Amino acid sequence: MVGAACALYAARAGLDVRVVDRGPVAGGTTGAGEGNLLVSDKEPGPELDLALLSARLWSRLGDELGTAVEYEPKGGLVVAAAPEGLTALHAFADGQRHAGVEAHPVDADQLPFLEPHLATGMAGGVHYPQDAQVMPALAAARLLRVSGARLHTGWTVTGLLRGPDGAAAGVRTDRGDLHAPAVVNAAGTWGGELAALAGVRLPVLPRRGFVLVTEPLPRMVRHKVYAADYMADVASDSAALRTSPVVEGTAAGPVLIGASRERVGFDRSLSLAAVRALAAGAIGLFPFLERVRALRTYAGFRPYLPDHLPAIGPDPRAPGLFHACGHEGAGIGLATGTGQLIAQTLTGKAPDLDLTPFRPERFDTDGGDTP
Amino acid sequence: MTERAHLAVVGAGPAGLAGALAAADRGVRVTLVDAAEQAGGQFYRQPARALGARRPEALHHQWRTWRRLREGIERHIAAGRITHLTDHHVWAVQRASDSSFTVYALRGPAEEEGATVRADAVLLATGGYERVLPFPGWTLPGVVTAGGAQAMLKGALVLPGRRVVVAGTGPLLLPVATGLAAAGARVAALVESAAPVALLRGAPALAAEPGKLAEGAWYAGQLMRHRIRTLSRHSVVEAHGTDRLTAVTVAALRNDGRIRPGSARRISCDTLAVGHGMLPHTDLAETLGCTLSGPTGTAVRVDDEQRTDVPGVWAAGETTGIGGAALALAEGHIAGRSIAARLRGVAPDPRSWAASARARARLRRFFAALEAAYAPPAGWADRLTDDTVVCRCEEVTAGAVRTAARSLGAGDLRTVKLFTRAGMGWCQGRMCAPAVAGLTGCPLTAGRRPFARPVPLGVLAALPDD
Repeated sequence: MVGAACALYAARAGLDVRVVDRGPVAGGTTGAGEGNLLVSDKEPGPELDLALLSARLWSRLGDELGTAVEYEPKGGLVVAAAPEGLTALHAFADGQRHAGVEAHPVDADQLPFLEPHLATGMAGGVHYPQDAQVMPALAAARLLRVSGARLHTGWTVTGLLRGPDGAAAGVRTDRGDLHAPAVVNAAGTWGGELAALAGVRLPVLPRRGFVLVTEPLPRMVRHKVYAADYMADVASDSAALRTSPVVEGTAAGPVLIGASRERVGFDRSLSLAAVRALAAGAIGLFPFLERVRALRTYAGFRPYLPDHLPAIGPDPRAPGLFHACGHEGAGIGLATGTGQLIAQTLTGKAPDLDLTPFRPERFDTDGGDTP
Repeated sequence: MTERAHLAVVGAGPAGLAGALAAADRGVRVTLVDAAEQAGGQFYRQPARALGARRPEALHHQWRTWRRLREGIERHIAAGRITHLTDHHVWAVQRASDSSFTVYALRGPAEEEGATVRADAVLLATGGYERVLPFPGWTLPGVVTAGGAQAMLKGALVLPGRRVVVAGTGPLLLPVATGLAAAGARVAALVESAAPVALLRGAPALAAEPGKLAEGAWYAGQLMRHRIRTLSRHSVVEAHGTDRLTAVTVAALRNDGRIRPGSARRISCDTLAVGHGMLPHTDLAETLGCTLSGPTGTAVRVDDEQRTDVPGVWAAGETTGIGGAALALAEGHIAGRSIAARLRGVAPDPRSWAASARARARLRRFFAALEAAYAPPAGWADRLTDDTVVCRCEEVTAGAVRTAARSLGAGDLRTVKLFTRAGMGWCQGRMCAPAVAGLTGCPLTAGRRPFARPVPLGVLAALPDD
């Protein structure tokens, strides 16, 4: 997804773009994503700024591509079960509002109007109208198509080509060399391996998540609904399994239930502990789900960097190499902003956001691929 | 309900029953877990008890083999060595870190209650399912699968219709056509896309199976007796009807698989039973981590003892490759003996199952030759009109799949699924995957389905904590 967005905005900035992927379009984490375009789960800071920029760009793409990418500005609803949780949620939302997020407190007695099937007895919530949803695989495919970029799927990058001055001059692949004065690393969870081919370190690691998909239902869940403790899990550094339910209906009918988080490498095997926790959490939010059947479950591997911020921008250690990876679980949402920022730096324009927090070389100094 | 058993056998068809019997005969405690109300699987499917059938054997071959098997199983059940869990629909098998296994099932016809079985070893005898290839009109009421028609006849003792066309390809069409005719249906035609000459190409392997030749001759006699017209090298190209099926158009095929111009003709019928062979059920094995192999990469790989490459997991019958009931019996028997020895910690002596091993080798050769002869006709996918639905669950048309392949660049089943939703519905692609593979020209690969059946979220949330 991030690569597709980079291709789109770079092409619109007038560049000639080639996209290389060792698999099919959306064959990595994109194909396993739920398509969350969230501002609601981010605390004020550089990631939220990127999310707000991205949300504006997604909205424009939504106008342009419409139903082809199943863009739905459905809004998010964060609920708190207990009064203490609600107080913390309100404080969090206050901070977000100052950073430009639309966040409206919802009293307990108003929740049924937003979500008629929500469990009773919740303390309250916050409504985030800017949250939206997209079908990630379709979005990646459509953006690539609209970009006009030449697509080389099934080509594996095996090395970085360098010019006489040592700067990146393209990529070597198993199907031949592709020459280009700039190379963008949008390899997601495998971005660290690609960086290593260029001789630079980028500590991207996988954080596994399971998603449960139910049988198709009439629209029972209207927003992206999640519990307030989801934010704590997203920001957590824990390697152990953490789950907090994110429940949402889709245009096609099934309800999607995310999102477990655990650091277990690239292990795709079914974790019943993870799906059990997801199912229990989802039923806690929407009791009617108890009798609804899950048709399938699948794992995806979020690309995370130690400080939970992506790497975006030129790499001073390898001139000509740009990074656009490490977005953890927010890559679909943050793709558009990332693509725009990459296009701006590729064409020598001033980027819309300060790229300092996203510097790819930042882990060389603070040392941190721990814990 | 949690039970401790030494061996869990998933599936009570020929392979599972033979495995359970061989293991129980050698002192292993067995829990037989099966979705049906009675043992037998598809091949030995029994009429529902309530129907009080007096001569169920009239619909079956090898009734003596079945009786021996059933009596052996019943003896062990009475002695408490075999527990038979009926109406248990297995959705996953997991291997714990201590190498024990848990079988997760849904209980009852509504499949709403969870049940688990613990075991030290697992025999996967999950059988196969029918390969469905769409054609214009295939979603009309009155079009059923060949196996579905057979199941109605054997299990419910009812005919799917009065005037039936049996079509497709493969050895299942013969017993379906003759079985329906014997039960009183008018079989208007048996339409087989393979040519008789294709069978000759596999002649040595086929001739090495005298029992099968005799079976073939018996069916030929039955076809004549019931005056069933056989159209070989023909295919159903369209089913007609508004509310339900009224007729089919069949046409002759050229050697390259294309329609011979001017050969189309209409046959009126109220039922079309169509089948294109079988595919192995591999979901449980795939989730356990077993390597899949076989000619199409969709069968569970086993060694000479029927062991998969996951320790403690055996597989037998159609799940290791389509080969019919006799092969399933041989494989199940070998698996049961191997399990009995391995659970005692000793290596089994292959000489003790030499006869079964010989039968297995012969039957595998036989079915490999059959599979080559009964391949779907080349060019079948090109005949699908763009408005033909290929994925019934999600109502995805052939046109949508072609668009995903041509303009969005989808070149494999998973990407087509992501772009079109074909394969995301109730059947999770079991039905439409062969069609999507044919339309896009990509290989038919086994899908990854961690849930072998849809599971209520309430059952997932209440899973035992271990």
